[in-house]
Amino acid sequence: MAHDESHDHEHHHKVTFWNKYVFSEDHKMISKQFLITGMIMGIIGVTMSLLFRLQLAWPEKEWPIFEALMGKWGADGVMDPNIYLALVTIHGTIMVFFVLTAGLSGTFSNLLIPLQIGARDMASGFLNMLSYWFFFASSIVMVLSLFVESGPASAGWTVYPPLSALPQAIPGSGMGMTLWLVSMSLFIVSSLLGALNYIVTVLNLRTKGMSMTRLPLTIWAFFVTAILGVLSFPVLLSAALLLIFDRSFGTSFYLSDIMVGSELLTNSGGSPILFQHLFWFLGHPEVYIIILPAFGITSEVISTNARKPIFGYRAMVGSILAIAFLSFIVWGHHMFITGMNPFLGSVFTFTTLLIAIPSAVKAFNYITTLWQGNLRLTPAMLFSIGLVSTFITGGLTGLILGDSALDINVHDTYFVVAHFHIVMGLSAIFGMFAGVYHWFPRMFGRRMIKSLGYIHFWITFVCAYGVFMPMHFLGMAGLPRRYYTNTAFPMFDDLADINVLISVFAIVGGLAQVAFIFNFFYSAVRGKRSEQNPWKSNTLEWTAPVEHLHGNWPGELPTVYRWPYDYSKPGMEEDFVPQNVPIMDGEVETGH
Amino acid sequence: METLLIIVVGILGLIALGQIVRIFELSSQVRGKDDENDVNDSDNRTQGMLMLIAGAVLVGTFVWMVVDYASILLPKSASEHGVEIDNLWDISMWLIVIVFFITQPILFYFTYRYRGSKNRKAVYIEHNNKLEFIWTVVPAVVLAGLIIYGLTTWSDVMNPDVTEEEPIEIEIYAKQFGWTARYAGADNKLGYANVGMIEGANELGVDINDEHALDDVVTKELHLPVGKRVVLRFRSQDVIHSAYLPHFRVQMNCVPGTKTHFSFIPSVTTADIRKEQLVIDKVKNINEIRAAKGEDPYEYDYLILCNKICGAAHYSMQMKIVVETQEEYDKWMSEQKSFAEAL
Repeated sequence: MAHDESHDHEHHHKVTFWNKYVFSEDHKMISKQFLITGMIMGIIGVTMSLLFRLQLAWPEKEWPIFEALMGKWGADGVMDPNIYLALVTIHGTIMVFFVLTAGLSGTFSNLLIPLQIGARDMASGFLNMLSYWFFFASSIVMVLSLFVESGPASAGWTVYPPLSALPQAIPGSGMGMTLWLVSMSLFIVSSLLGALNYIVTVLNLRTKGMSMTRLPLTIWAFFVTAILGVLSFPVLLSAALLLIFDRSFGTSFYLSDIMVGSELLTNSGGSPILFQHLFWFLGHPEVYIIILPAFGITSEVISTNARKPIFGYRAMVGSILAIAFLSFIVWGHHMFITGMNPFLGSVFTFTTLLIAIPSAVKAFNYITTLWQGNLRLTPAMLFSIGLVSTFITGGLTGLILGDSALDINVHDTYFVVAHFHIVMGLSAIFGMFAGVYHWFPRMFGRRMIKSLGYIHFWITFVCAYGVFMPMHFLGMAGLPRRYYTNTAFPMFDDLADINVLISVFAIVGGLAQVAFIFNFFYSAVRGKRSEQNPWKSNTLEWTAPVEHLHGNWPGELPTVYRWPYDYSKPGMEEDFVPQNVPIMDGEVETGH
Repeated sequence: METLLIIVVGILGLIALGQIVRIFELSSQVRGKDDENDVNDSDNRTQGMLMLIAGAVLVGTFVWMVVDYASILLPKSASEHGVEIDNLWDISMWLIVIVFFITQPILFYFTYRYRGSKNRKAVYIEHNNKLEFIWTVVPAVVLAGLIIYGLTTWSDVMNPDVTEEEPIEIEIYAKQFGWTARYAGADNKLGYANVGMIEGANELGVDINDEHALDDVVTKELHLPVGKRVVLRFRSQDVIHSAYLPHFRVQMNCVPGTKTHFSFIPSVTTADIRKEQLVIDKVKNINEIRAAKGEDPYEYDYLILCNKICGAAHYSMQMKIVVETQEEYDKWMSEQKSFAEAL
C-alpha cells in the first residue's frame, strides 16, 4: 500500500465535527470511542454488581435505592428474585463482552497496532469505523433491553436453553432475551470486523525492518487475540441463530420433552447440551480473548518501567501461541457434570491442566523481569504487578476446577465465581487500567494525575482481593452461585457475616473507581501536557508527535533496526534505545 | 430522599477530589518541580514499601482465612468415593498453597527490593535458557502427576465397579422449583416415564401400562440405606437443573430430554454425621445466629440443592436426604405407598 499517497489524499478531506469525532476512520479516534463506550458500559456493569451485593449481604433489609433505580422490580425497596437473576446476567454479559472484550481489545488494538508497527492507519479505516458503530449499536440495544416490561435477559450470561428459550420459565426470556440475542449478534459482527482488520494490518502494514520477531509483545497478544476471535465468535453466532430459531420459529435444536408450568411443548429431538458445546467453543477462547491483550499490555508496561528487557521474549511469544492453541480444545471443562461421557471428561481434564504450563512460564518470566530491574513504580506498573499477582492466585485454583473429579463438588459454587473473577476479571481489568495509565499521554497528549492513580490502585487492589478471596471459602462450604438469597438454607446461616464483608469491600472498591473516572476526564481536558516520550519507552508510538496527525507520522514512516526491549543495554548512553535507532558500530543486535 | 442524599454526597466527593488535586498541583508548583506526575525516587520508596506490606498482608490474610473459616467448610465426605475426591482435593490444595507462598512473596519482595533509584541501572538480561527450561519442565512434571492422579480418581468415581451387587435404582426428578424421588420398588426397575404422560396425580408422567411402574414409590424425601450402592437417575421436566449433594461430593445436571445418572455409596448416616465435632460446632454457631434473629433452631441434615440457574425460586429448591441403617430404611419404605396405590 502506498502510504504517502494516501496520507496526502487525507489532506484534501474537509475535517468536520462529524468525520473527526463521530464517523471517524482514524484508528486513534476509534480507540477513544471504544474506550469511552467501554467505560460507560463498565459503570453500568459495576453498578449492577453493587446492587446485587447489597441484596446478598442484607437480604432482609429494604433499600429505597432499589425502587429508585429499578421501579416495580424493587417495589418497597425489596428486590424481585427475577431482577436479581437479570442483574447477574447483564453484569456478566457487559463485563465479559462489552468492557473486557470490546473495551480492552477495541481500545488498545486500535490505538497500538498502527502506532507500534509503524503504519499510517488500519488496513481498512472504513471497516474499523463500522466495527465501532456495530459495537455502539450493540451497546444501545443491550442498554435498551434493561427497560422492557418483562425485564432483561435473566438466564445467566451463558444463556443456557431451555431457560433462555422459554418465556414461560422466566419472564426475562421474553423480549429481554430477544434483545440480548440481537445485541450479541451485532456485537459479534463488530468483533469480527475489528479482528479481521487487526490481523490484516499486522501481517501487511509493518514498517521497514519490523519483522515478526521485532514486534512488541502487545502486538503479538493483540494479533493472536484477533485470530482467536475470528475462529470462535462465528460459532457463538451460529449458537445464537439456532436459539433465535427455537425461540421464534418453532424449531427444536435445543428443546426436547418439555412441560413448563402445565403446558406441554411439542418440541422433540433437540439437546440443550448442544448449545453448551457451541457456547463454550467460543466461551473458553473468549476468556483468553480477554486476558491475552492484558498480558500484552503488562509485558510492555513491566519491561518499560523495570528498565529491563522482558525476560524470555521468545518464550513469551511461544506461551501466547500455546495458550491460544490449547484454548480451543478445553471447552468441555465447563461441562464435566452435564452427563457427558466420562472419557471425554478425561480428555478435557488433560488438555485443561496443560494450560498451566505456558501460564506458569508467563508468570515466572514476569517475575524474573522484575529481578535486578530499576523499577519505576508508576500507577500503570502497580496495576501490572497487581495483574501478575491476581493471575497467579486465580490461575492456581484453575488446577482444582480443571480437574474433573474435583469439579464435581465445586462446580457452579462461589469457588468458581472467585476463580474466574480473579484470574480473568481482575487480571484483565488491571491490565486495562495499566494500559490507560500508560498510554493516556499517547491518547490525549496529557498526563494523568499520579497521586490519584496511586489512591485508585491501592483501594482497588485491596478491595479486589477482599471481595474474591473469601468467596473461595463460601464455595468450599457448598454455597451455589446465582442464589437470590441464602436464607432458604439454614446450613448457610453462618456465611452471612462473610457476605457482609464481601459486600463492604465491593462497595468501597466500586466507589474508588470514581477516582479513576475523575482522573480520566479531568486529565483529558485539563491535565498537564505531556512530552513526546514521557516513559522513555522504545516502541514506535512514542516517536510520533504528541498531536494526533492523520497518518501518525509527518513525512517518512520510521524504520526499525532493533527489537523493542533494549532497556539498560550495556554500552549505551541512555537506559533506553528506541526501535528506530540504528545499530551502533560495534553493537551486537540482541533479543531475537 | 436517600437517592438525593447519595447524589449530593457523590457531587461533594467529586468537588473534594478536585480540590485535593488543586492542592497537589499548587504545592508542586511551589516546590518548583518540572512535572509532579513523573515518578521520583521518593515515590518508588513509598510504593515499594506499600507493595512489600501488601504482599505480607495478602499472605497473612490467607493464613488467617484458612484458620478462621475452617469451621464453615463442609464436613468430611459422607460417601465412599467422596473420600477419594477429598484426598485429591487436599493434595491439589497443598500444591496450590506452596506455589502461592513461593511466588507471591517473591513478586512483592522483588517489587520492593528493585524499586527504582536514579543512581542505579537495571541489569540487561534477555533470557536464560537453563532457567526457562527448568520452569517449563518442573511444572510439566508436577502436572503430569496431578493429571494422572486426577484421572484415576475421576475414572473410579464415574465408572464404579458394580458387579458385586445391584445398586438401588432411584429417579431424581426436577422441575421448577422442587425435587421428587421415585424408587424402583421391589423389582428394582424404574417404569418408563415421559413428560408427555403427566396427568393429574401422575406428576412424573410415569407410564401406567409399564409393568415395572406399578411398584415404583414416589416420595418427597430421599432416604438411603448406609453402605449400599445407589444409582440416581436424573430427569428434568422443564429447564436444566443441577442435583447438588455437597455432603456426598455428588453433582449431576438434570437435562430435559436427556438421561443422566450418578452412582455412589453413602457411608455416614445422618445420625452419625450429627455427632461429628465440626458439625456440632457448626450447628451450635448457626443456632446462636438464628436465636439472635428469633428463628427456629436448626438441625443438621443432608440436602439436595439446585445448582443450575432455573428461575425465580432457584435459590430455595431443595429436598432433604436421610441416610439411615438398613432396618430404618426398610421400615420407612414399608410405610410408603406404591405408585399403583397412590393412583
